[in-house]
Amino acid sequence: MEDKKQDANPGSKKGFSRRSFIRGAGLSTAGSVLLTTNAFAFEYEEGYSEGKEYGPGATLIQLKVNGSVQTLSVEPRTTLASALRDHLDLTGTKVVCDRGSCSACTVYVDDKPVNSCMMSVFDVVDKEITTIEGIAQNGKLHPVQEAFIEHDASQCGYCTPGMVMSCAHLLDNNPDPSLEDVKRATRGNLCRCGTHPHVFKATLDAAKKSS
Amino acid sequence: MDTRKEKLPYGIPGHNLSEIERDIPVNEPPAWPVNKDLNLIGKRVKRIDALDKVTGKAKYTSDLKLPGMLYAKMLRSTVPHAVISSIDISKAKQLKGVHAIHLIQNEEKDGEENENGKYPMVKYVGQPIGGIAAESLAIAKDALALITVKYEEKPFVIDLGSAMLKDAPIVFKQPIKQQEDGGDVGETHDGSKGEGNVRGPSTSSFFGGPRGDLEVGFQDADVIVENTYRTQVHTHMPLETHGVVVDWRPDMMTVYASTQNTAAVRNEMASIFGLPKSKVRVICEFMGGGFGAKHSAGSFGPMAANLAKKTGRPVWLMLDRQEEHIAEGNRPNSVQFLKIGAKKDGTLTAIQQRSHGTAGVGLGAGVGRIAQILYACPNFATEQYDVLTNAGPGAAWRAPGNVQGAFGLEQAIDELAEKLDVDPLAYRDIIDKSEVRKVERERGAKLFDWSRRKAPGSGEGVIKKGLGVGQSTWPRFVTLDSSVEVKVHRGGGVEIRSSVQDIGTGTKTVLAQVVAEELGLEVEQVTVNIGDTFFPVGPGSGGSVVTGSITPPARNAAFEAKKELLKLVAKKWETDSSNLSMKNGEVFNDKDASQKMSFKEATGLMRTSQISKVESRSDDYGGFQQPWGLAYGDLGSVQFAEVSVNTDTGFVKVDRIVAAHSCGRPLNIGQLESQINGGVIQGVSYALYENRVMDNSTGHMMNANVDQYKTPFSMEIPQIDTLIVEEYNARSSTDAYGIGEPANIATAAAIANAVYNAIGVRIYEIPITPASILTALNKV
Repeated sequence: MEDKKQDANPGSKKGFSRRSFIRGAGLSTAGSVLLTTNAFAFEYEEGYSEGKEYGPGATLIQLKVNGSVQTLSVEPRTTLASALRDHLDLTGTKVVCDRGSCSACTVYVDDKPVNSCMMSVFDVVDKEITTIEGIAQNGKLHPVQEAFIEHDASQCGYCTPGMVMSCAHLLDNNPDPSLEDVKRATRGNLCRCGTHPHVFKATLDAAKKSS
Repeated sequence: MDTRKEKLPYGIPGHNLSEIERDIPVNEPPAWPVNKDLNLIGKRVKRIDALDKVTGKAKYTSDLKLPGMLYAKMLRSTVPHAVISSIDISKAKQLKGVHAIHLIQNEEKDGEENENGKYPMVKYVGQPIGGIAAESLAIAKDALALITVKYEEKPFVIDLGSAMLKDAPIVFKQPIKQQEDGGDVGETHDGSKGEGNVRGPSTSSFFGGPRGDLEVGFQDADVIVENTYRTQVHTHMPLETHGVVVDWRPDMMTVYASTQNTAAVRNEMASIFGLPKSKVRVICEFMGGGFGAKHSAGSFGPMAANLAKKTGRPVWLMLDRQEEHIAEGNRPNSVQFLKIGAKKDGTLTAIQQRSHGTAGVGLGAGVGRIAQILYACPNFATEQYDVLTNAGPGAAWRAPGNVQGAFGLEQAIDELAEKLDVDPLAYRDIIDKSEVRKVERERGAKLFDWSRRKAPGSGEGVIKKGLGVGQSTWPRFVTLDSSVEVKVHRGGGVEIRSSVQDIGTGTKTVLAQVVAEELGLEVEQVTVNIGDTFFPVGPGSGGSVVTGSITPPARNAAFEAKKELLKLVAKKWETDSSNLSMKNGEVFNDKDASQKMSFKEATGLMRTSQISKVESRSDDYGGFQQPWGLAYGDLGSVQFAEVSVNTDTGFVKVDRIVAAHSCGRPLNIGQLESQINGGVIQGVSYALYENRVMDNSTGHMMNANVDQYKTPFSMEIPQIDTLIVEEYNARSSTDAYGIGEPANIATAAAIANAVYNAIGVRIYEIPITPASILTALNKV
C-alpha cells in the first residue's frame, strides 16, 4: 500500500521498489494457488536483477519474444502481461483476473507456462518468452491449434489463447496424454462459455494425430 | 403481402415427420428440405473465425489501441448508501499524465432527500461517481487514489430478509414500476404498487395472467406438495469485462464496444449526447462473452465519451474484474413458495407460486414464467415480488427467471411423483404435453440408461450415486427488426453485412452457412462482416433470438441476389432463369446439361460492380402468438444428471449430464454442442459453486474476484453428452432458433433431483455445498 502512495507521487525521491512489488505479487500467487485449482505456481527466482532498483521513471529493456529481440520502455511496476499487450501489441495474451487465478494470460518463459500477469517484466529480460502469437512454426499451426478449430474448442474465444498454451505445452511434453492429463494441464484455465469438453476432445485428438 | 402456398417439413424426423402447407410471402425462397438433404446446414461446419481465436489475432475491444489513446478508470462509491457532500479532485488533476476528470452530476432532481445535491445519491458500493482519463492505466489508477470523496452516510440494507422488514432502511423512497417478468433492470417511475422495499406483486407474464381458480384446484387435488426453495445471487463474469473505446471526432462518434447489442448501444449513445443515429457508429468485431448483462452502453459508455469530449482523444475504458462483479449485473436470488396439487392419476389440478427476489437497486427478479407454461394445469396463479436492497443491480442472465423457477418447479414435480408412487420420468410422460420433450425423454433416457435409477438413498457405502432429471422450456422469440445485406461482387466474392454481433455463439458462421447453402458455395467463399452499426440493423444477442431472427433475412437476401445473378446468366444462355440452379460453385441449366459456368464466371456478367440486396424478416409463417414476435412452439429440453455424494465430507461431484435439446432446424452441430456444454457447465456452477457473498455490515461483496468466486474449472467438468433433436415447425425460410438460454435452464434442477436420489434427503437451497449436505444428513 505504501508503495502505491509513493508511486502516485512523482515528486517522491525514493523510487518504486521492484522487490516490494514482487513480494506483493508473490504472496498473491501463493494465496491463489491455495485457494483455487490454479495450475501454475511459477517458482520465482530473483536472478537477473538481484540488488538493482529501477524507477521511478521508465527504463529501456530488451525482451526476447517469439524468437526476436524487442526494445521497450517500461515502468518498474510493469508486468509481463502488460509489456506484451500494451507495449508490444501482442494482445493474444489476455488479462482476465489480473491476479494469477484464471490462466488467460499464460505464456511460456523458457518453455514453462506461467501467468504473465503475475510476473515483473524485469525478471524475464534474459529469458525466452513465447506467446500465443509464437507457437505456430514456419506458418504451420501447432497441432493443438488445428484441433481447436476442428473440434470447435472456442466460443467467445477470450480464454482460448491461454487454453491453447496450456494444451500445447502438455502435448509438447507428453505426446500421449490421458483425459486426466488434459484436465490437469488446463485446471487453472477459467472458461465462462464452457468450452472445456471440446478443449479436452481437441487436445486428445491432436495427440492421436501427432503420434 | 402477396403469398403463395407451399409445403414445408413439419415435425420430428424418426418420430412424426410430415409436411404442412403454409402461406408464405411470394418473394421468399422455396422451402428447404430436412437437413440430411442439405449441403452445409445441420453439419459440423468449422467456426469461421476460429483461426483468429486460436492464434491470438482476434482483436477484442479490450485489445484496441488507437493513436493518441488515453486510458480511463471509473471512480466508484465505497459506501452502500449516502449523499455525496464533496469530491476533491485537486490532487488527482495535478498528477502528471492525467488528462481529464469527469464527475457524474445530478442532471435532474430525483425527488429524494438529495434534491439539491450536486451529485446523484449513492445506493450501492460500486456505483459510478466519476472517471479519469490518463496516459496509462497505471496513472489513471494512481490518480483515482488521490481523489477524496466525502459521504454523508445513510442507513442501508443488504440482504433480502432484512430489506423486507417493516423498519428496514428504504432504498428508494419514490415508487418504482415493476417489470412483469424477470430479467429486466427496472427504471425509476411513478405509480407502482408495493410498500417499503417490496415491490409488486406482478401476477402475469407475456403468456398472460392467472388462470382458473386455485381454491377449486386444490380442492380437487388428492396429493399436494408445498415447499419453499431458495436460490442465490450470482454474477455474470464474462471473461472480457464490460467496456468501450470511444473515438469522438467532429463528424462521428465511433464506439468500439464489448456488447451484445451494437444497435442498442448506438441508439443509447445518440440519445444521451443528442446526436443523430447516423453520427454514432458502434463496432464490435469480437467480444469476450456476454450472458445477458452487456446490452446497454452502461455508465462506462457515456463516461468514456465525456472524457473523449474533454480531451479530444480516443478513450479506452474497460472495467476490472472487481468492478465487473459488483456493478455490472447478476442473476437475482429468489425465495420461492410453490404449492402444486394433483389427482391420483397424476393430473395437475393447481399450481400456486409466490416469490421474492432481489436485483439490488434494480428490478426484475420474477421467477414465475416456467411454472406457468411447462405443464398444462387449469388453475395457476403467481405473485412475484421484487425486493430492493443496497447492492449492485441485477441484469438479464441466460434465461432470466426461468433458471431459478425451474429449480423449484422441477423438484416439486419430482416430489409429487414420489407421493403418487410413480417414476419421475414416467410422471413427466403423463403431465407433459410437449411432443419434443417426449422424444427427448425417450432418447435421453436410453442414452443415459435411466433404468439404473434406484430408490432414493438406497445406495451402499460412503459415496452414494444418484440420478435425476429436469426439464425446461423457452419461448421462440424473434426480433422483427432484423436485416442482412448480401453483396455479390463482380469477378467473385460474396459478402454478408449486418449490425448483429457474435457474442461467441457462432453467429458469423451460421450466417455464412445459410448464404453459402443458398448460393451453392462453400462457407470459405463467403465473407461475413457483422458487429457494425453502419450495416443493416440486426437483433441484440439476448433471449436466444439471434438465429431465429437473422438467418431468414440472410437467406432471403441471398435468394434475391441469386435471382438477379441468374437472370444475367439466363440472358446469355437465352433461357429462362427459372431453369437455372446454383450448386458446387457452379451455375447449371437444369434443362440443358451442356450449359454450365462457374459462379465466378457468372459474376463476370454483372454490368455493375455489385449486386446488393438488403432483406429483413417477414412475420413467422403461420403468424405469431404475440404481434411483437413471440412465436409458437417451445424450445424444450430434458437433462439427466448423475452425481456422486460423499456422505462423510458432503462433497458433491457431477459425474455426467445427458442434455437432450431442440432448437427447430439445427444449423451447426458443433456450435450447438458448444453452447449446450456451456449452458450445462453454468448450470453445474449454479447448482454447486457460484455465490455472491456480501458483507451485510459494510455492503461490500467479499468475493469479487476469480479465486474466491468459485466457478467450475476443468476438474469440475462432468462428462456431457448432448442430444440434438431436429424439429421442423415451418415458421421461416430457415426454421431455425437459438439454444443459448434453453441450454442453461434444467441443469440445476436435474442435479438437485439427483442429489436427492443419492442421499434420500431433499436440498431446497442452492448452491448445494458440503455444509448443506452434511446438515441435511444430520451430520453437523
